[in-house]
Amino acid sequence: MAATADTVRQVEEVTGRAYKHGFVTDIDMEMAPKGLDETTIRFISAKKEEPEWLLEWRLKAFRQWQQMKEPDWAKVGYPAIDYQDLYYYAAPKQKPKLNSLDEVDPELLATYEKLGIPLKEQEILAGVVAVDAVFDSVSVATTYKKELEKHGVIFCSISEAVHDYPDLVRRYLGSVVPAADNFFACLNSAVFTDGSFVYIPKGVRCPMELSTYFRINAENTGQFERTLIVADEGSYVSYLEGCTAPQRDENQLHAAVVELVAMDDAEIKYSTVQNWYPGDENGKGGIYNFVTKRGACRGRRSKISWTQVETGSAITWKYPSCILQGDDSVGEFYSVAITNNAQQADTGTKMIHLGKNTRSTIISKGISAGRADNTYRGLVRVGKRAEGARNFTQCDSLLIGDKCGAHTVPYIESKNPSARIEHEATTSKISEDQLFYCMSRGLSTEDAVGLIVNGFCKEVMKELPMEFAVEAQKLIGISLEGSVG
Amino acid sequence: MALLEIENLHAEIDGKPILKGIDLSIEAGQVHAIMGPNGSGKSTLSYVLAGRDGYEVTEGSIRLDGQDLLEMEADERAVAGVFLAMQYPVELPGVTGMTFLREAVNARRKAAGEDEIDAMGFLKMVRAKAKTLGVTDEMLKRAVNVGFSGGEKKRNEILQMAVLEPKFCVLDETDSGLDIDALKVVSEGVNALRSAGRSMLVITHYQRLLNHIEPDVIHVLAHGRIQKTGGKELALELEQNGYADYVEAAA
Ligand SMILES: Nc1ncnc2c1ncn2[C@@H]1O[C@H](COP(=O)(O)OP(=O)(O)OP(=O)(O)O)[C@@H](O)[C@H]1O
Ligand SMILES: [Mg+2]
Repeated sequence: MAATADTVRQVEEVTGRAYKHGFVTDIDMEMAPKGLDETTIRFISAKKEEPEWLLEWRLKAFRQWQQMKEPDWAKVGYPAIDYQDLYYYAAPKQKPKLNSLDEVDPELLATYEKLGIPLKEQEILAGVVAVDAVFDSVSVATTYKKELEKHGVIFCSISEAVHDYPDLVRRYLGSVVPAADNFFACLNSAVFTDGSFVYIPKGVRCPMELSTYFRINAENTGQFERTLIVADEGSYVSYLEGCTAPQRDENQLHAAVVELVAMDDAEIKYSTVQNWYPGDENGKGGIYNFVTKRGACRGRRSKISWTQVETGSAITWKYPSCILQGDDSVGEFYSVAITNNAQQADTGTKMIHLGKNTRSTIISKGISAGRADNTYRGLVRVGKRAEGARNFTQCDSLLIGDKCGAHTVPYIESKNPSARIEHEATTSKISEDQLFYCMSRGLSTEDAVGLIVNGFCKEVMKELPMEFAVEAQKLIGISLEGSVG
Repeated sequence: MALLEIENLHAEIDGKPILKGIDLSIEAGQVHAIMGPNGSGKSTLSYVLAGRDGYEVTEGSIRLDGQDLLEMEADERAVAGVFLAMQYPVELPGVTGMTFLREAVNARRKAAGEDEIDAMGFLKMVRAKAKTLGVTDEMLKRAVNVGFSGGEKKRNEILQMAVLEPKFCVLDETDSGLDIDALKVVSEGVNALRSAGRSMLVITHYQRLLNHIEPDVIHVLAHGRIQKTGGKELALELEQNGYADYVEAAA
């Protein structure tokens, strides 16, 4: 059909623009030797001056990992990863202890500038966003700590937390995602280098959005972040995670673990904008994003809400989940996943209803362009004890062109007859009518696509914190610039 | 020189010739009407003017203010001042009317090297214009055309036209779907936009619209060609006799 052929042509016309965030910063790295064995883990642990218990925890995870098999059930394909051909630790050479941004390596600051993350500006924005910037594996700049300290909020790198708040870390680390949970989480447990730690004390509403910008920077460096957020009774926190990575030829493995714990009446809102290097049009290069994110609603009436905008990475394998243990607890998952060119995404969520009257909402928007594959995979499980559990799931797929794929794989397991589970799914295409309508009002093809796709994703985008929303809207436009018309 | 000049325009869809030699020129400030039987090529002409893909011009030229429109993409033509109020406006799920208008205005400003429009001032301006056309605030907050009634869609098109202030407007059967009162409101809205520098091409099947929006010239389009051109009396004539003459004449 003419209209379809035309969209494809437009898709091809606007493809082939360079990844906007592709550049490399030249800072000397202090590397662990290539490869992975117990020595590597001891090296990492020693570098970070960790206590004995943590080294043991890592080593145990490593031994379990050696017995595990890489999963192959996701609808993604990639060449076998040689885990012995990766570096597992890299850090900027001088380990700075910083009081202000002025002390940050200027080259590093320039990197952030290029990415459009002006730390300086954010600092001036006084108390709007706290940034714990992670450069490769070591936190180098943490701002707004003082303001947070006033409220008793702990927001620091997990390495610092290991030293300064060992009891908290020991109590909760691995309590949501056990070390041996799955292949990639287990690997992370063995070799994680850094990440964020957040603790919100009882009754405290965190006075600002907490934000971490991650950035992968060293060639062949696997990135293994570990994030742990604990919201004590009656507390609230909104956490933002945003990522971009420089262009690389070789695939980079990224296997993060994020654990959230919400006690009685606590609420955690976790938002992600992920824009790692997706590889080129032919699928060369790009990040392998194999992440385990899980939140435990331990307390009654607790709530965990995941919002994600996933536009980058060559492969995304990610299922931010909620374990709804506490009675009346609430889990939410709002997701936009965009795949373009040769990108592959297999993403979704698991909502595990254990407590009474637990509720969950899943809104997933998958956008596929080029030759990309986009799969929603979601599990809703209702346990025996979960009287009155409710779930609503809506999965919408939008196709751009006719060479891409969208798949919806819902799993529903209910052991309680009182549970109510609803599932709706739609698949649509950007129509030539819509493109023309927008263009006849003056919008360029790219802006038209950006507008239409943002409209399609609206229910998810409105869940993003204000600070992120504008950036994320732009990102949607940009990521489709590289492949949609 | 006329604001819009169409010369010997031939166009086809999927290899099927639809427009077979159209000559039409509209002076600045003039309103022309086109009438013609179903399938005669009226909407096709409007799409060709607006630059829709899939409509292939095989011969002829279109100039706006001396600029060659056929060299331009749809968005470039819009920025240059072409506006098409569509016969079947398109739904944009999740895109609010206000956002859509702002994007359209900003696209023009971007082309002119200007900064984005001030959001608050814009909101006020749009609301004021919306009010005169009977477009409610609630409609501006809803997704463009989604769930709009036929008449609401048409009103919304004219609102866009009022906000974008184009040089040359094509109104494709704007009267269809409008009730008697709405026809009056919309016509007043259109008349308010008549100005010395702006030309319009109004496509309609009914004399009634032309009572409200009085054209300077009326053309009869049949079989892809303009068969007759005249004054207001031509519409009355058609109302009485239908298109039989033209259909037979061309056959
Ligand atoms: N995409 C298409 N493919 C094939 N033929 C088409 C296509 N679009 C329009 N046509 C044909 O072109 C001719 C002109 O159509 P057009 O929509 O321009 O007529 P019109 O004068 O606007 O009619 P109406 O008064 O019913 O609105 C019709 O015969 C129509 O079937
Ligand atoms: Mg028509």
